[in-house]
Amino acid sequence: MRVSFAMTVALGAVVAAVACGGGQPAPPPQPAVDSAAIRDSIARAEAARRDSIARAQAEAQRMAAQRRADSLAAIKATTDRVAAMLADRIHFDFNKSNIRPGDDSVLDQKIAILQANPALTISVTGHCDERGSDEYNLALGNRRAIAAKQYMVAHGISADRITTASRGEEDPIDPAHNETAWAQNRRDEFAITAGGNMLKAPGGM
Amino acid sequence: MIPTPVRISRTLVTVAALAALAASPLLAQQDTGKAVEQQGIRIGITYQPGVRPGMLVLGVGPNEVLDSIRTILARDLDYSDRFEMINLPGGDSLTIALAPHEQAQGGMFVNYGLYQALGADFAVHVRAVTDSTVSITLYDVKGHGPRKEITLGLPSMADPAFRMQVHRASDEIVRAVTGTPGYAASRLLFVQENGRIYRIDADGAGQVAETPAGVKTFSPAWGPNGREFAYTQFAGDNGAIYVQNVVTGERRIVPPTANGLNYTPAFSPDGTTLAFTQSNGSGSDIYTYNVAKHCCLQRLTVGRFSDNLSPAYSPDGGRIAFVSTRAGLPQIYVMTSDGTNQELFAPFDYGVTGESHGPEWSPDGLHVTFHRDVAGSPQVFVMDVATRTVRQLTSTGRNEDPTWAPDGSHIAFVSNRTGARQLWVIDLETGRVRQITRIGGTRLPAWSRRID
Repeated sequence: MRVSFAMTVALGAVVAAVACGGGQPAPPPQPAVDSAAIRDSIARAEAARRDSIARAQAEAQRMAAQRRADSLAAIKATTDRVAAMLADRIHFDFNKSNIRPGDDSVLDQKIAILQANPALTISVTGHCDERGSDEYNLALGNRRAIAAKQYMVAHGISADRITTASRGEEDPIDPAHNETAWAQNRRDEFAITAGGNMLKAPGGM
Repeated sequence: MIPTPVRISRTLVTVAALAALAASPLLAQQDTGKAVEQQGIRIGITYQPGVRPGMLVLGVGPNEVLDSIRTILARDLDYSDRFEMINLPGGDSLTIALAPHEQAQGGMFVNYGLYQALGADFAVHVRAVTDSTVSITLYDVKGHGPRKEITLGLPSMADPAFRMQVHRASDEIVRAVTGTPGYAASRLLFVQENGRIYRIDADGAGQVAETPAGVKTFSPAWGPNGREFAYTQFAGDNGAIYVQNVVTGERRIVPPTANGLNYTPAFSPDGTTLAFTQSNGSGSDIYTYNVAKHCCLQRLTVGRFSDNLSPAYSPDGGRIAFVSTRAGLPQIYVMTSDGTNQELFAPFDYGVTGESHGPEWSPDGLHVTFHRDVAGSPQVFVMDVATRTVRQLTSTGRNEDPTWAPDGSHIAFVSNRTGARQLWVIDLETGRVRQITRIGGTRLPAWSRRID
C-alpha cells in the first residue's frame, strides 16, 4: 500500500511539472504557419513526459526495493543470531546423561527461542567420546538427547516440536585421543528441522 | 591357564640330539623337563609331555598347489592350539620318499622312527592323487600307522572355495586327534574404520569387503548357516538393519527398522527371528521380528528410565542375554526369549564392578563371554552359566567385543595392545593369544559357526 501511494504522489508531481513547462499548444485555432514544426514540438513534449515518468517510476521502485532489502537484512541478521544461539552445544560428564549445572542456561535460551517462534521445530542429537563400548554409546547418546528434550518439555515446550537422535561415538568433533577431545565430543547438538526461515529473537536477546 | 610351552627348547634339543646321535630313543627321556648337559651344550627343557601332541607337517616338494595346501594346513593346525608344531630349520624339506624297494611294491615309506626322534606324535602329508584331487594323510607316529586319510577334490587355487576346502580338511585332522573339530572352516566379519564390513577366514587370510565404500555400517551378526549376515547401515541420524547374502551379495531391509536408529541385530539359532536394539525418544529397547514370515514385531523390554540393548540368543534359542542400565551402570542380564523372566546374569558388586557389555553365548551354551571395565579399560571375561562365576581372560590394553569360535574354546576380540585396534584370538585352554588382522581400526567382530 505504501509503495503504490508513493508512486501516485510521484506521478502527480511529474504531471504538474510537465503542465507548467508550457508544452501544450494554445487552444484557439490559428492558421497553420508551420504545421511540421508544431508536430515535432508535440512529439518532443510527449517524449519528455514519458522519460520523466519512467525516471520517477524507476526511482520509486529503487527506493521500495531498498526498503525491502533493509528489512530483509534485518530479519536475516536476527534469524542468523537466533539460529546460532539455538545451535549452542551442551556437554556431558563421562558416561553420564544428566544436564550439567552450567548447561541449563543454554537450554533455557533454546526454550525462550522456541516460545518466541511457535512454528519452530528442532532435533537434538547426542554424541559420546570414543572410550565406552561402541554399541552402548549409541544408547548413551540417545539418552543424552532425551535428557535435553525432557528438560525443555518440562519447561513448557511441546514434546512434538523436538525430535531426538544419537550418533554414539561415530561423529567426533575432535578425533584426538585425549581428555580435551573427549570433553568436546560428549555433547548434544541442536538443529532446526522446520520453521527456521524467519526467526524472532525472544524479548531481551 | 597353562603357560605356553617353549617350542624353541624342544627344537634345540632335537637338533642337538640329531647332530649327536641321529635318531635315538634317548630323546623320549630327554623330554622330561630337566636340563640336559651334552657335549658342553646346556639346554633347558620346559616341555611337559602329554600336554599337546607334537605335529609334523611333512614337505611336499616343488609343487605350487601342494605347497599352498601344506602352508594353509600347517597354519590351521598351529592355530588350533592343540599341537606342538615341529618346526625344524629346513623342515619343509623333510618329506615322504619312496624307497626303491617300496617303489617297486607301490607302497609309501614313512620314517616313523625319524619323526618320533623329532618329537612328533603325528605327521601329516599332502600328495596329489590326480590333477584336481589331493590326499591328506594323518600318520600316528607312535602307532606306526595312518590314522586318517582325507581325499579332497579341489577347485583352482584362484577360487575362494579352495582355501575353505583345505580349512575343512584341517578341522577333520584336529577332530581325528582330539575328538573335536578345529575352527579353521569359519569366517569373521568386522567393521573397519572406513565404515565398511569385511570378511576374513578364521586364519586372517582371504579378506573380502562385504559392503561398498562410502557407506557407514555397524554391528554385523552372522546368520546360523554362515551364508547371510545382518548389520546396521547408517544414513544421517537413522540406522536401518539389512540382511545380506554372503555368496550373492543380495540384501534386503528388515522393514520395521526402516526408520529410527536400529542396531546390534542377532539371529535366533533357527534363523527365523532377528532380535535388535531400537533407540528412540523413549530410550533404547530390544525388539524381535520374524524375518522368515515377515511379521510379528515384538518389544521385549520396556526401559522407561533405563536402556536395554545388545541381545544375544542362547544356542537352544530359549534365552537372550542382554545389556541393561536398570541398576545404573550397564551390566549383563538374561531373559526368556519372549521377554519374560528378566534377571541379572553376570554378577557384579554395586559401585565396585565396572560396566559390562557385548554378551555372546558359547556354541555349547555353557559359557557367556562379554567385556567389563577394569580400572577404566575393558577386558574380556567368560562366565560359567551354571555357576555364574566369571573369570577375566585379558589384562593388557583395551580388550573388547569378544566373539566365540565355532569350537567353543577360542574367542576373538578387539585389542589395542600393540597400538591400533586389531582382531586377536585367545585359546581358553592354553591361554595362547595371536593377532589375526593387521589393517588397524578394526572393531565389532562376529565369528560364524562352522561353514559346511
